Amino acid sequence: MVLENRTGVGSAGRSGPEVRSDLRVQVATRSAGGLELSLKSKVEPYYGDAIREQVRSLCKGLGLLHAKVEVDDAGAVPFVIAARLEAAVRAAGAGAGHDVRPPRLDPLPPPSSKTRVRRSRLYLPGNEAKFMLSAGLHGPDGVILDLEDSVHPAAKDEARLVVRNALRQVDFGACERMVRINQLPLGLEDLAAVVPESPDLILIPKVETAAQVEAVDRAVAGLLGSDARPLWLMPIIESALGVENAFAIARAASRVAALTIGLEDYTADLGVVKTATGDETLWARARLVNAAHAAGVQAIDSVFGDFGDEAGLRAWALKSRAMGFEGMGCIHPRQIPIIHECFAPSAAEIERAKKIVAAFKEAEAKGVGVVNLGSKMIDPPVVERARRLVAAAEAMGLLAKG
Amino acid sequence: MSDKVELSENALGRLVPSVVNGRREVAFQGVNAHRPQGRKHAPSIRSSADYPANGDKRVADLETALKKCGVKSGMVISNHHHFRNGDIVALQALQTAARLGAKDLVWFPSASFPCQAAVIELMQQGVVHHIEGSMNGPLGDYCTAGKMRGLGVLRSHGGRWQAVQDGEVEIDIAVIAAPTADPFGNADGSHGRSACGSLGFALADATYAERAIVVTDNLVPFPCIPWQIQGNHIDHVVVTDSIGDPAKIVSGTTEITKSPDRLRIAEYVARFLADAGIMKDGFSFQAGAGGIALAFVSYLKELMRGAGVKARFVRGGSTKYLVELLNEGLVDYILDGQTFDLHGVASIASNPRHVATSPFTSYNHQGKGNFATFVDAAVLGATEVDVHFNANVVTHSDGRLLHGIGGWQNCLFSGCSILAVPSVRDRIPVIVDRVTTLVGPGELVDVVATERGIAINPRRTDLLQAVRGTSLPIRPIEEIKAEVEKICGGKPKPPALGDTPVAVVKWVDGTIIDTVWQVLGPFAAAGGGGGGD
Repeated sequence: MVLENRTGVGSAGRSGPEVRSDLRVQVATRSAGGLELSLKSKVEPYYGDAIREQVRSLCKGLGLLHAKVEVDDAGAVPFVIAARLEAAVRAAGAGAGHDVRPPRLDPLPPPSSKTRVRRSRLYLPGNEAKFMLSAGLHGPDGVILDLEDSVHPAAKDEARLVVRNALRQVDFGACERMVRINQLPLGLEDLAAVVPESPDLILIPKVETAAQVEAVDRAVAGLLGSDARPLWLMPIIESALGVENAFAIARAASRVAALTIGLEDYTADLGVVKTATGDETLWARARLVNAAHAAGVQAIDSVFGDFGDEAGLRAWALKSRAMGFEGMGCIHPRQIPIIHECFAPSAAEIERAKKIVAAFKEAEAKGVGVVNLGSKMIDPPVVERARRLVAAAEAMGLLAKG
Repeated sequence: MSDKVELSENALGRLVPSVVNGRREVAFQGVNAHRPQGRKHAPSIRSSADYPANGDKRVADLETALKKCGVKSGMVISNHHHFRNGDIVALQALQTAARLGAKDLVWFPSASFPCQAAVIELMQQGVVHHIEGSMNGPLGDYCTAGKMRGLGVLRSHGGRWQAVQDGEVEIDIAVIAAPTADPFGNADGSHGRSACGSLGFALADATYAERAIVVTDNLVPFPCIPWQIQGNHIDHVVVTDSIGDPAKIVSGTTEITKSPDRLRIAEYVARFLADAGIMKDGFSFQAGAGGIALAFVSYLKELMRGAGVKARFVRGGSTKYLVELLNEGLVDYILDGQTFDLHGVASIASNPRHVATSPFTSYNHQGKGNFATFVDAAVLGATEVDVHFNANVVTHSDGRLLHGIGGWQNCLFSGCSILAVPSVRDRIPVIVDRVTTLVGPGELVDVVATERGIAINPRRTDLLQAVRGTSLPIRPIEEIKAEVEKICGGKPKPPALGDTPVAVVKWVDGTIIDTVWQVLGPFAAAGGGGGGD
């Protein structure tokens, strides 16, 4: 087969009056005639030359010498242009074997830890780059670049490139950088694209058995270098079977840092209506909390689906924390401050925990084995919980460090 | 525009024409530097002997009224934008004047809207010579493409009053659309099926124009109360079936933005007012009807409630959100310049604490004060701002006319002027090296609030001091600019502008602060599109 003579057509991205900060690229490869680029851009006067230069250089990097390339741009930033162009070229059957990943953000944010604060995680549709640029500004504990339910089945390939490039180029601030992959086997392609880009955590959807987590864990291990930073897993349980297997799932791999639950699918599985108070999922969520704690991982609650209902969210989040969850998902940045407020320990809790930790340090300094606070003896698990609470309060900015 | 124009550099280093539409002009000399001498303009003395003793000034139609006013070529015809994009009277007035054979008119609207795009044909036919008033959409593109025969003149609402009062613009015929009027010409904006709230923009014209016509679709017997416009200024009254499209005059309800970034900016601004100590009992503020401004009001309301703070007055653009503040007792008065939604209209018609104001009381710089200077904080938009806080509100970064100035320049004199702007719009950075058109001098812009942080003008050491130690993300403007340029893949290329002026921007004192230049290149004709390769 003579590759140079192969012709193919591919496209990626979106255009139209409603589209902003995105673009549509159409590529038709041909056997001769060089590169013919036509550009229509909302930002032509400012960045038209820059876009043409980027497209030409990227095509060259992909080994694409002869093609018609049409770009219809609505003010996309460079990492999005790169993702769309690459997706279109690959869809046209060209570019195989060429690595054109954009340069990586320098320096990478510090790695995450298994027990870090995970009050809020903001869902960002993986094929919608415009929300990614400022996601970190809204201050969630984590951002989820979603390749699963928010991405149309026909757009999985191009979304994967947007997410990959976002991991390389977008500054998400202090957020934990999470990716929700698709179910295996499609999820394996997602892992291959994103794991080398140092995300902090992978969300695995629709987990029902420990074996599914083990499969992801093996794939991750195969993709990570030996000196790689830690990468955590968060299985999402979304069915009755998954709930029954929660403990085994939580213990399936040492990379599992948290368990979470997807209530849309779970209630569908049960054939019940999902309500704003969540009574119908109370048992499943309580079961998940218990399984997570038994396995020594965090329990994280689902999302609250109506971002206009702040009172409903508040009520849900307070109940959620009382049940033993450590955080929730967010579908809109407006939910973040409310969730943070609801999952924050109270001033009285912090005060008591501080006293316990101080008493422990004092006892330790004196070489006394037993910790007393006032007339009460404090058990070691209580000391441990107090230390965790103090650490969390520090991480949430509720308490000065040290 | 083929004549060679004599240009000079003003105090901000901007090249401005010395002569505009045949009239000698003064270049901007600095904030509060220009002190014009002389007396105000006045219309001719009239005698009530020449007006019907029974007070009935009705004539058959607009054509009769214009004829009686002696409409002829070269006149200045004025209209007002209190019907916004629902107005039909302005276009009718100009088209009627055209039918009567008038040419080379100067159209002097308080603002123009896309519903008046047909003025382009009148300009092509020679009926309208040029426009002095805000231009955007098709009219803006026509002007920036250099197709208008005269130079456009853009003024703030206060500057428009100043120009009329000082005789810079001598209005020959003012045509005032009135939602309610009586046969004597008393007129009110807050009642009737085309109710729009305040008629303040028409007050200067009623007072200073040589002739004035009221056009209404809701005639009431004398007296029309309240008489926002006094019939004693009015020559003729025309009653027609319709003066506008009520659905486009005011919106049912103005809606808060859902954009996370814009909500964030609004929240920052509200917190800034609280943390800087501006939000305290008896304070005042102004916010318009843009998405960020509305969200700002709702955040501020929560903070005011929480802190138990009451404002003395708010300056509208009134909307549902200001009306809620008033009805909840969180503010004593709404001083309204224009009324944006039905909630505002209902309130101004029924609540004595919701008061219609004019650009004279609120904005006019050439008077014995104006209350914009003692509003504690004004929340404004902008298209561009530079690192010296000089700002643009009239043109796109590509040089095309986008917005009128509105009360924007006047509001810069408030105790704390805040530009609440996204740091980037579809890859176009808002903080730039040099603003395309300089409409507001940096020394009057105190704060630029973006979703990436809040920049305080280094001149305002008091504000910097006041927010020290708070959780607000206060950052140098240069830092925000650099961050955005990194995201956008470098600085944007400056727009391709010609060396032919197409319009001038007036400062509040009547001097010229900057020039709008003809736009060259792919964007000259209209928006969108762009060349091939």
